[in-house]
Amino acid sequence: MPVFDYAPAPENRDIARVKQYYQPFIGGGFVDGDGEPLKTLNPATGEVLAEVSTVSSSDVDSAVHAARRAFERVWSPMPGAERAKYIFRIARLIQERARELAVLESLDNGKPIRESRDADIPTAAAYFFYHAGWADKLDYAGLGPSPQPLGVAGQVIPWNFPLLMLAWKIAPALATGNTVVLKPAETTPLTALVFAEICQQADLPPGVVNIVPGAGDVGEMLVTHPDVDKVAFTGSTEVGKLIQRQLAGTRTRLTLELGGKAANIVFDDAPIDQAIEGIVNGIFFNQGHVCCAGSRLLVQESVADEVLSKLRARVETLRLGDPLDKNTDIGAINSAEQLAKIRELVASGEDEGAQRWTSPCPVPEKGFFFAPTVFSGVESSMRIAREEIFGPVLSVQTFRTPDEAVTKANTTPYGLSAGVWTEKGSRILWLTSKLRAGVVWANTFNRFDPAAPFGGYKESGFGREGGRSGLAAYLKGDDDGAV
Amino acid sequence: MSVALAERLDDATRDASSLRRFLAGLPGVDQVGLEQRAATLATRSIKQDAKRWAIDTAISMVDLTTLEGADTRGAVRSLCAKAVRPDPQRPDTPSVAAVCVYPDLAATAVEALAGTDVAVASVATAFPSGRSNRAVKLADTALAVDSGATEVDMVIDRGAFLEGRYGDVFDEIVAVKQACGDSHLKVILETGELATYDNVRKASWLALLAGGDVIKTSTGKVSPAATLPVAHVMLQAVRDFHEATGELRGVKVAGGIRTTKDAIRYLVAVNEVAGERWLTPSLFRFGASSLLNDLLLQRRAKQDGHYSGANYLPE
Repeated sequence: MPVFDYAPAPENRDIARVKQYYQPFIGGGFVDGDGEPLKTLNPATGEVLAEVSTVSSSDVDSAVHAARRAFERVWSPMPGAERAKYIFRIARLIQERARELAVLESLDNGKPIRESRDADIPTAAAYFFYHAGWADKLDYAGLGPSPQPLGVAGQVIPWNFPLLMLAWKIAPALATGNTVVLKPAETTPLTALVFAEICQQADLPPGVVNIVPGAGDVGEMLVTHPDVDKVAFTGSTEVGKLIQRQLAGTRTRLTLELGGKAANIVFDDAPIDQAIEGIVNGIFFNQGHVCCAGSRLLVQESVADEVLSKLRARVETLRLGDPLDKNTDIGAINSAEQLAKIRELVASGEDEGAQRWTSPCPVPEKGFFFAPTVFSGVESSMRIAREEIFGPVLSVQTFRTPDEAVTKANTTPYGLSAGVWTEKGSRILWLTSKLRAGVVWANTFNRFDPAAPFGGYKESGFGREGGRSGLAAYLKGDDDGAV
Repeated sequence: MSVALAERLDDATRDASSLRRFLAGLPGVDQVGLEQRAATLATRSIKQDAKRWAIDTAISMVDLTTLEGADTRGAVRSLCAKAVRPDPQRPDTPSVAAVCVYPDLAATAVEALAGTDVAVASVATAFPSGRSNRAVKLADTALAVDSGATEVDMVIDRGAFLEGRYGDVFDEIVAVKQACGDSHLKVILETGELATYDNVRKASWLALLAGGDVIKTSTGKVSPAATLPVAHVMLQAVRDFHEATGELRGVKVAGGIRTTKDAIRYLVAVNEVAGERWLTPSLFRFGASSLLNDLLLQRRAKQDGHYSGANYLPE
């Protein structure tokens, strides 16, 4: 029997130009923060990658102050066509430094280089390009005449798509004339700080973008800061609720993009081979660290056996390992804490009686890894069907009728995304009106486009990012006293 | 695939309407998803030992082909010599799988390849258009087989297929298979004329049900010839056919594959779509002429650490 063993094909780590020490970016310059420095790890090895200076509450003050000054003096008075030039320049610089950013992202986050190279970084650039185009056309966005920016945006982003989430936050804010103080996630601050270098390279006026690394306490300082006009948060539902509670009764505008437990619904007339790919992409993309991951597979009874056996065969071909290897499909779990959480939820699935199947792929001894896992015989009451696992773990349930599929899909406090696999167009349209989810993908999954609004129903949050609705989240509306 | 499919397979070939029902019941192919998957798999980076292995494996899978009106007996003889010893200065280079010629030159190839492991394949059935009647196509097949070809590359009647006369296409393949006797039958679907991936899937199953030993993408005379997404659909078909029946059938991609890089992408697709057991010349072939020289140059480059000129290789 021939064996086609792919030799290691690692991307060169030096391309990332990792520095030993990174500093916060405030008022257009890199400065030491007064917070306790943090060490960011390479999750594939557990080794320290770099030390990052973090900010204190007085640093957050100066960042917000710098943003306010830039907003009032430079950025909001600037004509949209001029703002657009800066944003286009940022987009092009991201493309120019794409390889560096991709390797750095994979080192800091653990995601495979194939994904950071082919998805994260190009999509981040696309969001800047798209929003740059809007900067001088806001009058024609259908949001009223001469829509006005909100002011200073305090933005807090997660660790799963560090640079891409930064792009989702910063691009629309800048295009609409707001200035920004952004806190990257504690475990993945590096690409945001390289982005700060890009802002310098682009000659972006000082204070328009400020990056303040730190942990949850910094996030709290930022979102509760009295001079912040708008808070945009992407992260867990738990923290999102906390922020909403803290901001209740204040004038601060808020958008939240939180957790999810998406149903991926496969009907018996689906294009089965592509549905298998969609299921795999839905839950194993980025190690399942995706808020809109298709973590619940709902498959019609009549094709359940066929889909499951094909799915297992396909999952066995997924290559787990070194994120920098160009042939790796599944990289490292971002942190020891996340790995522990995945293990705990998987154990609960076994305890509650679901049948576990895990790919027999080899798992590296060092670093944080979890082999792709599929649970069948899952009941809606089980924790693995209800709670967001945020890991490469799929829960499979079956359904008999379309109505049952809708009921099962909507039986969750979340409502971020859903997937539908069928060759019947009318059924797709019917389901999109029934599924309580902000995004419904038809015969595909996890596709992101800057022109398409993204956001949640129910406990998955509110507000949209991308498209015209995404612009509205950074502009004054009728209730803000705009004309 | 499911048990249900295995049961339906028995029924599929009962008559023309059962066959039509079976083909209509195959799951559809989503074009966007298929092409995305093929493009993703094409980013696999094959290096070092894996590349060396892939190059030698690809050489051993080549059907070295000449299908020109201007073909001469001399040209076929020199092609046969090259098929046996592709790189005379590197005797460890594997031979190719077969030499593929028009039926009137099959006897020349058989004579030139006597005593070697290289097979003789002959196209037949009014190749490449297939525009003739059944009797002529069977006579063409007989010429190939009587000349000693152990492999026959037939074309399906695309007109009949696209008109929905699946039964006629099926019967013709069965008849040609019978005329082949012990020779291996490769069924050319000419996917460039089938227009949709759904049709490629239907034609693949039709050819497998009719007894084709290998399903082949193209004649090489129609553009587009072989593409990665088409190969994916055909590899899925032989994989699912094996799952349902236990029988192993092959795939041949032909036309437009000129570089080692392309060939390796196909091998990756074979490995990850059908599975490792299809990585053998009896189950996967490249129909090509210029591909072989690129494989040989890359093979030399791997051994020497630098590229050598094409002048070191036989024509």
